[in-house]
Amino acid sequence: MDQTENPAQQPEAMISLRNLRVSYGDREILHGISFDVMRGETLVILGGSGSGKSTLLRTLVGLERPSSGEIWLKGKNIAAISNAEMDEIRKKIGMSFQGGALFGSMSVGENVALPLREHTKLENPTIEIILRLKLDQVGLAGFENYMPSQLSGGMKKRAAVARALAMDPEILFFDEPSAGLDPIIAAGVDELILDLKKAFHMTIIVVTHELASAFLIADRMVLIDKGNVVAIGTTQEMRASTHPRVRQFLDRVPEPEVSQELDYLQMLTEENRRPSR
Amino acid sequence: MELASQIGGSVTDGLAYVGALARLGIRAAYFTFVAPFQGKPLRMQRAVSQAMQVGVGALPILSLITFFIGLILALQSAYELRKFGAITFVASAVAISMTRELGPLITAVIVIGRSGSAFAAEIGTMKVTEEIDALETMAIDPIHFLVTPKFLAMVVMLPCLTTWANFMGILGGALFGVTQADFTVVTYVKASLDALFLRDIASGLAKSIMFGITITAVGCHEGLSTGAGAEQVGRHTTRAVVVSIFLVILVDLVFTALFFFLSAG
Repeated sequence: MDQTENPAQQPEAMISLRNLRVSYGDREILHGISFDVMRGETLVILGGSGSGKSTLLRTLVGLERPSSGEIWLKGKNIAAISNAEMDEIRKKIGMSFQGGALFGSMSVGENVALPLREHTKLENPTIEIILRLKLDQVGLAGFENYMPSQLSGGMKKRAAVARALAMDPEILFFDEPSAGLDPIIAAGVDELILDLKKAFHMTIIVVTHELASAFLIADRMVLIDKGNVVAIGTTQEMRASTHPRVRQFLDRVPEPEVSQELDYLQMLTEENRRPSR
Repeated sequence: MELASQIGGSVTDGLAYVGALARLGIRAAYFTFVAPFQGKPLRMQRAVSQAMQVGVGALPILSLITFFIGLILALQSAYELRKFGAITFVASAVAISMTRELGPLITAVIVIGRSGSAFAAEIGTMKVTEEIDALETMAIDPIHFLVTPKFLAMVVMLPCLTTWANFMGILGGALFGVTQADFTVVTYVKASLDALFLRDIASGLAKSIMFGITITAVGCHEGLSTGAGAEQVGRHTTRAVVVSIFLVILVDLVFTALFFFLSAG
């Protein structure tokens, strides 16, 4: 585990997951996930609620430690490195959180400038210029003096993307970019992701359950279900897939309900017999 | 046996809690005294703005309450002292009980209510809205960024507030002394100062520093251990207040006993 260079790594793979397992306490959420993310591609991680897709994202940015397995990122296994080394890698990645996670006590400008002030020795005028550039890129030019509470949901997401872009990251992560937004604003955020992809050839990883948005922005998709990879492939491959779970997810078929009365009765009584805590 | 294992469990939980507070305090001390020499400067600006909230913001309510406490102390001690015709000892009774005990304690309780709870609510809300996670993904240590400035602000401001509380308490006593006993303001203040030794004031201030550390550690720890959901913020804020008051009284007891036996020996 202490080897830090991975000889087997493909030259074009930006992130490689190998048999990744993550647990909260005794409960294992991810049961051995393996796939590669190529340099410059947009990979969408699809999955239902409770599938483990958010846990996967949190593990990739180092917020959760895997219980076993490897995550190769920029030639390092981030599952086994020190906090100081992880911090160095974090400066090369950007993360846009579901609700934006802007700091409420700071203006939009201060939010975007924070990573620059913390990690670079740039002078204030330079930071101001970068700040305006980043806000312009996400369509929020002129909003640097607004407080996050004065922004709408869509603008908060854009501001969060500007903050994630501040350090010119090589990899950009999005957690549910269209959650809580109306369809028009959500389409605007999708458009922004497409623009970033075109302009910077960044590696982008998006976790979502919005199918329309996923098919619009993705180069490739991974479907996660109950902590396992069900399918991985390009958008065309996913559309053509005959895997029952993929079909169910893409065709939005609900879980089959318990049909037999006897089964239902059994389910109810089993619930009762379980030791209560 | 059941009872014994329950008591054992509570003691273990309590020790683990104090251990977590100590770890937080040690990390903050590292960022205050060691990290600045390793190229991670202190956030003085954040510490100053915290100090304004903790200290200056508390002045009006603290002044009012400690003035009343001083007056109450004078009334209560005069009730007993006048039986012995020793009503002039009111000044020293108020001065000594304010500086040694009530000044630091009342200040701590007010700061718990204003700032300890605010620390827990602020950090807890940041936890719920993923702002703490955002700090970590930006390679910014939340202890360095959020907690250390609060420790600095508290350790500096609590002794200042306590000194002010002592002064206001003596002033409250003076109101009684001037109106009900044969003092003028000048003779009352002089009588108070004559009664006080430096060690009375110093032991009170030493305690107030310990209170500041305790309140910050509990408030920040409760904030950081907030789980998902808004109702968790409320629960941990309440816990921060209750646990802070308990621990402040405990620290008070330990240090008062320590000073007592040190000065006797």
